[in-house]
Amino acid sequence: MSTSLLFLIVIALGIVGWFLGNWRARASVGGKTSALHSRPGYYGAYVLLWTTLPAVFLIIVWNVLSPIAVSSLVTAKLPENIQNGPEQARALTMSTVRMIENGLSKLSPEDLDKTADPATDVKALLMSKGAPLAVTPEPFAVDAARYQLTLKNSSQLLLTLSSIGLAALGLAFALFQVSPKLRSRNAVETVALAGLLGCSMVAILTTLGIVLSMLFESIHFFSIVPIQNFLFGTVWDPRFSSAGSGSGGGGEFGLLPLLWGTLYISIVALLVAVPVGLFSAVYMSEYASRGVRMTAKPLLEILAGIPTIVYGFFALITFGPLLRDLGAHVGLSISATSVLTAGLIMGVMLIPFVSSLSDDIINAVPQSLREGSYGLGATQSETIKRVILPAALPGIVGAILLAASRAIGETMIVVLAAGIAPNLTLNPFEPVTTITVKIVSQLTGDLEFNSPQTLVAFALGLTLFVFTLALNIYALYIVRKYREQYE
Amino acid sequence: MLNVQTNELQQGATKLGGALNPHKVAAKDVSVYYGEKRALFDVTVNIPDRGVMAFIGPSGCGKSTFLRCINRMNDTIPICRVTGKITIEDEDIYDPSLDVVQLRARVGMVFQKPNPFPKSIYENVAYGPRIHGLAGSKAELDHIVETSLQRAALWKEVKDRLNDPGTGLSGGQQQRLCIARAVAVSPEVILMDEPCSALDPIATAKVEELIDELKQNFCIIIVTHSMQQAARVSQRTAFFHLGVLVEEGATNDIFTNPNDQRTQDYITGRFG
Repeated sequence: MSTSLLFLIVIALGIVGWFLGNWRARASVGGKTSALHSRPGYYGAYVLLWTTLPAVFLIIVWNVLSPIAVSSLVTAKLPENIQNGPEQARALTMSTVRMIENGLSKLSPEDLDKTADPATDVKALLMSKGAPLAVTPEPFAVDAARYQLTLKNSSQLLLTLSSIGLAALGLAFALFQVSPKLRSRNAVETVALAGLLGCSMVAILTTLGIVLSMLFESIHFFSIVPIQNFLFGTVWDPRFSSAGSGSGGGGEFGLLPLLWGTLYISIVALLVAVPVGLFSAVYMSEYASRGVRMTAKPLLEILAGIPTIVYGFFALITFGPLLRDLGAHVGLSISATSVLTAGLIMGVMLIPFVSSLSDDIINAVPQSLREGSYGLGATQSETIKRVILPAALPGIVGAILLAASRAIGETMIVVLAAGIAPNLTLNPFEPVTTITVKIVSQLTGDLEFNSPQTLVAFALGLTLFVFTLALNIYALYIVRKYREQYE
Repeated sequence: MLNVQTNELQQGATKLGGALNPHKVAAKDVSVYYGEKRALFDVTVNIPDRGVMAFIGPSGCGKSTFLRCINRMNDTIPICRVTGKITIEDEDIYDPSLDVVQLRARVGMVFQKPNPFPKSIYENVAYGPRIHGLAGSKAELDHIVETSLQRAALWKEVKDRLNDPGTGLSGGQQQRLCIARAVAVSPEVILMDEPCSALDPIATAKVEELIDELKQNFCIIIVTHSMQQAARVSQRTAFFHLGVLVEEGATNDIFTNPNDQRTQDYITGRFG
């Protein structure tokens, strides 16, 4: 019986258990449900959990362990020379065995018996059943395949019996336990709690896994390239990794040009996004009439929904050339991909981010403060400047820091609009490159995963991660501090 | 009918008494609408200077709405519309040529919940004088802050920590800080919208004591839910019910010998 069908059966048993538990709980108190410790539904859920959970757990564990066991048993049956031979040869044989076994499973029992006879042309037989083989199988491989098929079939049969048996056992056990005194709600809620905990662990463990993998690959990288050369080097020239060289090929991996490019573009972006976003938030929350706010705010937030790649090619195709032509008119030589192009477009991308967060924060300033200020004869602009913005300042700073961490981690816009030249330059009209751009370019194309040219991507990723993490933590700290003030 | 008579009597008294007890604030046929809904019906009342006038009445009777007409705080509510006439010293405060900002400097307000700005104690009090340019120098500003805090009976408690945040004070201290903040701009009228409803009895007693002090220099109008408070602090009381000014007169008379049955019912606790 297939595993998915088995799941369905176990779940069906669980549903039956739900009804039985529910019914038995009601029956045990003669329909007077107020005499039960928990509501009848909890008794049903209690039986359902006891029926399904152990069986499902068994199925999952079995499916993980049984292929390992089967393959080691089959390997033991192979001729000595293959068992003790090189690993590649063993893997090759095992994959042939798997292919034959796959074909054998399509045969009828009589045909299967025929394959036991070494004289049978297994290849032709399988071909006639629509399972072509690439090689003419050796007899020991056919034997091994037959053995593997038998093992698999019996394993599956054993699993079917034991899991359905376990489900039935759980059902009976839980049903037997059902009594008015059973604290079924607490038991069910404990299981639910464990489920919730599991879900939150997924996110945490994933993050941890990513960080650890970056960390180990970075350590690997730093064993090839000294960390001080990476952190304080002013030249980024990784060269190409030549196969087999493995020694770094004399490339230079200085972080500073990339870091400078990242920060420079982010600063330009924030110079655009912060004033525009903040003033639009002030207008939206303090001056705009209801009608304007209802239409303008969603429109502004549409900006936040545009994929950054779209901003990117807008910058590349429209905005960059426009800027270049404008520059030519006034006698400035502006490169089509430059700090200015990427920074301005990224600034536009960040506007809704800053304005939406600041708007929420300004709205959270209590109305009583506005009234207090008006009551003293302050005008609206005095109230905004002297009471509302100072009160909202920590939150606004938090919003700006979050925007900054987005700017630093932003990839698509800079890939298309910033250029790829690792320049250490103050001139905003020249192309620069960023950490994210270099991660993309180091990991694109044919790769050798042991060369520093590739591994540097992990070190760059780790640097980026540390930067944005520090900014995010600081921003959250500030936002939280601000929240406490009004509670 | 009775209202009209009392008003006429008062006006007569004012004419006779002249400068001794002039009407500071006078309202005539004031009605307030929130959109289609009418919240206040033709309120006519005269409020004397240098004294405390209390507005009492059950929740939703319009007493706060009327109070907020006197410094045009209702202007901040877009759907709100006010008709009738309110004058302060014979100057129509709804006259289009009058700047509402100037009006609010003349009519201070203390709110139900203490609402100090998230600034230092000093900055809270200095806020109004700074905006209106009342102080020419730092020393002058210091002086205004000190006298305002003294008038609000808070100076002794905070004089050593003027730079601490105002939000760090206790509830009662915060409310007195808000009173000091209002006093600092030297208003002529101070409106208080249930100033003690968020305070404990001891803080309430202090604020009431303060109101008693302040009435020698200001015209104070207080909205209160507590009839005892009205009896303790006010010289005149007005009773509102369902948006109508039912009865207005000397506090003593209202509480001992009301003319209207509704007033009688309210002060004896039959509703409200």
